[in-house]
Amino acid sequence: MKLHALAHARSGDKGDVCNISIIVHDASSYTTVASYLTAERVQKHFGSMISGPVQRHDLPHLGALNFVLHGALAGGVNRSLALDTHGKCFAALLLDIELPHGNAPVISSP
Amino acid sequence: MLAERGNIDFLVFECLAERTIALAQLEKLKDPARGFDPRLEERMEAVLVTCRQRAIRIVTNSGAANPHAGAGVIAGIARSRGLRGMKIAAVTGDDVLEHVRENAGDYKREYPELATIEDRIISANAYLGAAPIVQALDRGADIVITGRVADPALFLAPLVHAFRWPMDDWPLMGKGTLVGHLLECAGQLTGGYFADPPFCNVPEVADLGFPIAEVTADGSATFTKAPRTGGLLNVATCTQQLLYEVHDPHQYVTPDAVADFSAVQFSQVGPDRVRAAGAAGAQRPDRLKVVVAYLDGYIGEGQLSYAGPNALARAQLALEIVLQRLKRAGLSDHELRGELIGVNSVIQTADVTSSPAPQELRIRIAGRACNQRDAARIGDEVEALYTNGPAGGGGATKSVREVIALLPMLIPRDSASPRITIQET
Repeated sequence: MKLHALAHARSGDKGDVCNISIIVHDASSYTTVASYLTAERVQKHFGSMISGPVQRHDLPHLGALNFVLHGALAGGVNRSLALDTHGKCFAALLLDIELPHGNAPVISSP
Repeated sequence: MLAERGNIDFLVFECLAERTIALAQLEKLKDPARGFDPRLEERMEAVLVTCRQRAIRIVTNSGAANPHAGAGVIAGIARSRGLRGMKIAAVTGDDVLEHVRENAGDYKREYPELATIEDRIISANAYLGAAPIVQALDRGADIVITGRVADPALFLAPLVHAFRWPMDDWPLMGKGTLVGHLLECAGQLTGGYFADPPFCNVPEVADLGFPIAEVTADGSATFTKAPRTGGLLNVATCTQQLLYEVHDPHQYVTPDAVADFSAVQFSQVGPDRVRAAGAAGAQRPDRLKVVVAYLDGYIGEGQLSYAGPNALARAQLALEIVLQRLKRAGLSDHELRGELIGVNSVIQTADVTSSPAPQELRIRIAGRACNQRDAARIGDEVEALYTNGPAGGGGATKSVREVIALLPMLIPRDSASPRITIQET
């Protein structure tokens, strides 16, 4: 199962740093996601796309993890040769990560 | 929509991205009467009469590199609509270019990069806090137009003014900063940038309503949006925006406080109504963030599409040809990037061969160059594939843009001197 089945996400940029929030649809998935999605795994997932370290900040009361990826944006939005200079797509790329096992997918409606 | 249906007291337009001021500065150099947000007139034409009728005061950073000229334009629009006795305040003093130049010797110790860019600097602007906007509102301004101000300060200032909050009450500044942070990207709180059907559904995104904060004197806030608008405001949209462009949620540094969002909680209190609680704050920093913008060469780019059987192989050959020719033309020392849109332009690590054969894809080559001529060569070589490349390339586009790069710095707070100028219609 992909992380996308359990969580939604948004990424943003500041200089050469990209942050990605991962927020679970259902609080019951938080432990599963938080225990698997370590900073190391996130760094490995992006591989050579990022040069710097990854930090994780936990917000369990919001069902959220905030990842800070350093050296992620080819020098930052104004200098980068990339198409997605802001790294706006990074959030979706992280939702593509495969979880080993866990809860059933959750579909949330407004 | 917010002005007409929102039942609001203050309307805020946050309009400046990081490098917008540098672009505005270049425009001001060409024409001293410009240098403010090019959409200022359009926006003010749309809201000024309604805001006057409903006693809604406006705060905006649309002044960009020239708040004085922007204030003049607003005054002109007000007069042309017969709106007399309106007070329009321009906040300046964020432009610290002279200060940075004069003290470049000292700053180079902390920012050695400054030495290499010194002769290419376009602008240096400090992120001012809420104080000068508060003063302008205290002096009766109906409209406050600024240059660079920390985005949340645009929203914090009306709260400080309305509730007479002491600006050294750090927890209150933290709560007001949360309000600003959640509102500053407008539609990103109300279902914009959220839809992922059917997992995250947002109704009527094309008619997205922008957010409103209802704030009380103790700093507690409920977020909603104008009635009969599209979009969605729930705990999930608020949580995404809470962490947007935030690194350590314990320390969100602004000129007015170091806000702490780590214990913020949201509760749905009605349809499209969310209450936020738990923001805190600590003492503001001694130094202000400054962004120095400088010219940093050119980026040239070319794109071309391939489709149908064996599109991938033809596109890969096209990339090889262009890169080979650019190297031969002497651009080999330049930073070059060749990729396949639809395959590996975003996911740079994607394994091209293991994916299913794409029905269509687009090559993209981008490169950095010191001069415009070399940058243009990149797009020209892509265009030449029409006649000299693999079979069936179509839809060539090419571009050259001048790069404005940014160097963030910190300067002592008292190096920036905010000033307020008020004119009356």
